[in-house]
Amino acid sequence: MANEGSILTAADLVGNGPHGDDPDMHGKFGLFGGRFVPEALIPALDEVAAVYEKAKNDAEFLREFDHLLRTYAGRPTTLTDVRRFSEEAGGARIVLKREDLTHTGAHKINNVLGQALITKRLGKKRVIAETGAGQHGVATATAAALLGLECVIYMGAVDCERQALNVARMKLLGATVVPVTNGSQTLKDAINEAFRDWVTNVDTTHYLFGTVAGPHPFPEMVRDFARIIGVEARRQMLELTGRLPDAVCAAVGGGSNAIGAFHAFIGDEGVQLHGYEAAGRGLDSGEHALTLTAGSVGVLHGSRTYVLQDDEGQTIESHSISAGLDYPGVGPEHAWLKDSGRATYHGITDDEAMAAFSLLARTEGIIPAIESSHALAGALKLGRELGPEATILVNLSGRGDKDMGTAMKYFNL
Amino acid sequence: MTTLQTVFAKAKADNRAALVGYLPAGFPSKDGAIAAAAALVEAGCDVIEIGLPYSDPLLDGPTIQDAVHRALSNGTRIADVMRTVEGVAATGAATLVMTYWNPIDRYGAERFARDLANAGGVGTITPDLTPEESEPWREASAAAGIDTVFLVAPSSTEQRIKAVVDCCTGFVYAASLMGVTGARETVNAAAEGLVARTRQHTDLPVCVGLGVGTGAQAAEVAAYADGVIVGSAFIRRLLDAPDEAAGRESAAVLARDMAKGVRR
Repeated sequence: MANEGSILTAADLVGNGPHGDDPDMHGKFGLFGGRFVPEALIPALDEVAAVYEKAKNDAEFLREFDHLLRTYAGRPTTLTDVRRFSEEAGGARIVLKREDLTHTGAHKINNVLGQALITKRLGKKRVIAETGAGQHGVATATAAALLGLECVIYMGAVDCERQALNVARMKLLGATVVPVTNGSQTLKDAINEAFRDWVTNVDTTHYLFGTVAGPHPFPEMVRDFARIIGVEARRQMLELTGRLPDAVCAAVGGGSNAIGAFHAFIGDEGVQLHGYEAAGRGLDSGEHALTLTAGSVGVLHGSRTYVLQDDEGQTIESHSISAGLDYPGVGPEHAWLKDSGRATYHGITDDEAMAAFSLLARTEGIIPAIESSHALAGALKLGRELGPEATILVNLSGRGDKDMGTAMKYFNL
Repeated sequence: MTTLQTVFAKAKADNRAALVGYLPAGFPSKDGAIAAAAALVEAGCDVIEIGLPYSDPLLDGPTIQDAVHRALSNGTRIADVMRTVEGVAATGAATLVMTYWNPIDRYGAERFARDLANAGGVGTITPDLTPEESEPWREASAAAGIDTVFLVAPSSTEQRIKAVVDCCTGFVYAASLMGVTGARETVNAAAEGLVARTRQHTDLPVCVGLGVGTGAQAAEVAAYADGVIVGSAFIRRLLDAPDEAAGRESAAVLARDMAKGVRR
């Protein structure tokens, strides 16, 4: 993919093992994943799985996806060596994978373009999606505009207010934005509402799910479409430094940018994988999104995974200064990577993330998304642990333009 | 204790369909839910499904979402659900719990099945538990002697219908339409075909739910199904009434109309 003129291969999309890291036929990663959905949706999920299975081995599909990634999304994205920022990490060398430079400003575009092509193969003309901060909604509206699909975005009424700029962007792109007024009026309720739409309109509609959570085959398919992040970065790190990084760091909400960054490195035993969740106002405050670090195993939105829930299985509302990490569930493959010990997950507070946000802006002239700032803050800590010889790859999953309102308030700008 | 088997056998002997009513525990209040369900039984419901209020009811339309939200705001917990089952079962109606899977998963399958059986419950309906994931629950239910009801839908293939009915005991729940719970102007024409397709794979009673809101609709469904399931229409009456007693009476009026419907 990094080589000019090369075509994306099936191996780039799905990996070439043998990592034993694909889910079984029921979509299970060990105990996690599966399908916990109304029976009415099973045929649609089977259809998506079958169409995707065929597409990922089809040269024409790979060519189309590759073409869109290059000529529309702006891939491959570059690596940036951030020397001045690294000084704060005890001298460890931090290298950023610049997903912030993609069209629409975040890694979300990779998954969205892949699923928009799947939608056409399904013969469906309408897509629906959930969105929290609005990034997945904007990306979906963008791909729908490009491919001529009708687009409806479900967004919590609270989020619509917090992210009014993204609501305007989606409308400008021709999408209908439906504010969701039930429950906590945030991302989890937007997902509930999108599922209700899907079960009603499944004949004409594809649910363009935005992360590696949800029922099978979404965790696997979304991962595969995000996987290009790590595939490129692995190649680029070898070119830049002559070796693999000591660690890969990424922020984890639902988990798609992190899986995208991690997956190509899972077979590389010497490479540590670190995911950073939103610790919000701190674990003890109860206002956080520490699904993997402080949650328990349960079922949410169609999948068995770690969930923030009370002792009777009621979902607990999450909190993060970053809307994109403000989710009480997480993709099942992360649950599996956690339990197997292959990846390690940590919490980063709102304050730690905002400090890293500001530091990257001042030392490197790059304003990151607040989501990605959690990974940056994590890398600063990790660098001090690993020492000055270490090289750390950080997935800079998005840019911070959308976060100016939050930053103005937080820093009194 | 009245079992599902005796209910459906009796309805069949009377040459009619059974009437199944749904209400969530804790709505309009903890005691009000028991009183409302008792009023539905008095008015002619043969079976009562007690909903276990859950924070993320993704198969439910606005009416049930509203009721469930109120129940959770009332502080309704699983102990209250069990107490509701106990109160309703005491009226003589076969009483089930309808719940999303996660609350049972968290509570513990064996513990939930045992507690439900001890409360006089006869089984569960689990709308987001697929055959592939159902084995632990079916084992726990069998051990406790309670029935397991699962759903088939208009989109279900023959293979899926077979897989679902093979997991069911008591009856099979046929979702009349592709969509969420809630009363509709008409009952979807696909329901009759789905019931016929389901009967090719099982001798269990087949009950139709989703979108049934009037006595006339109940009569229409009773012509081809073994049971008619009504939820949102009763809840709407409770939501719209000025107080609990008036809501109960209004829901009972509708239940009497439905009970006539299933006997037409």
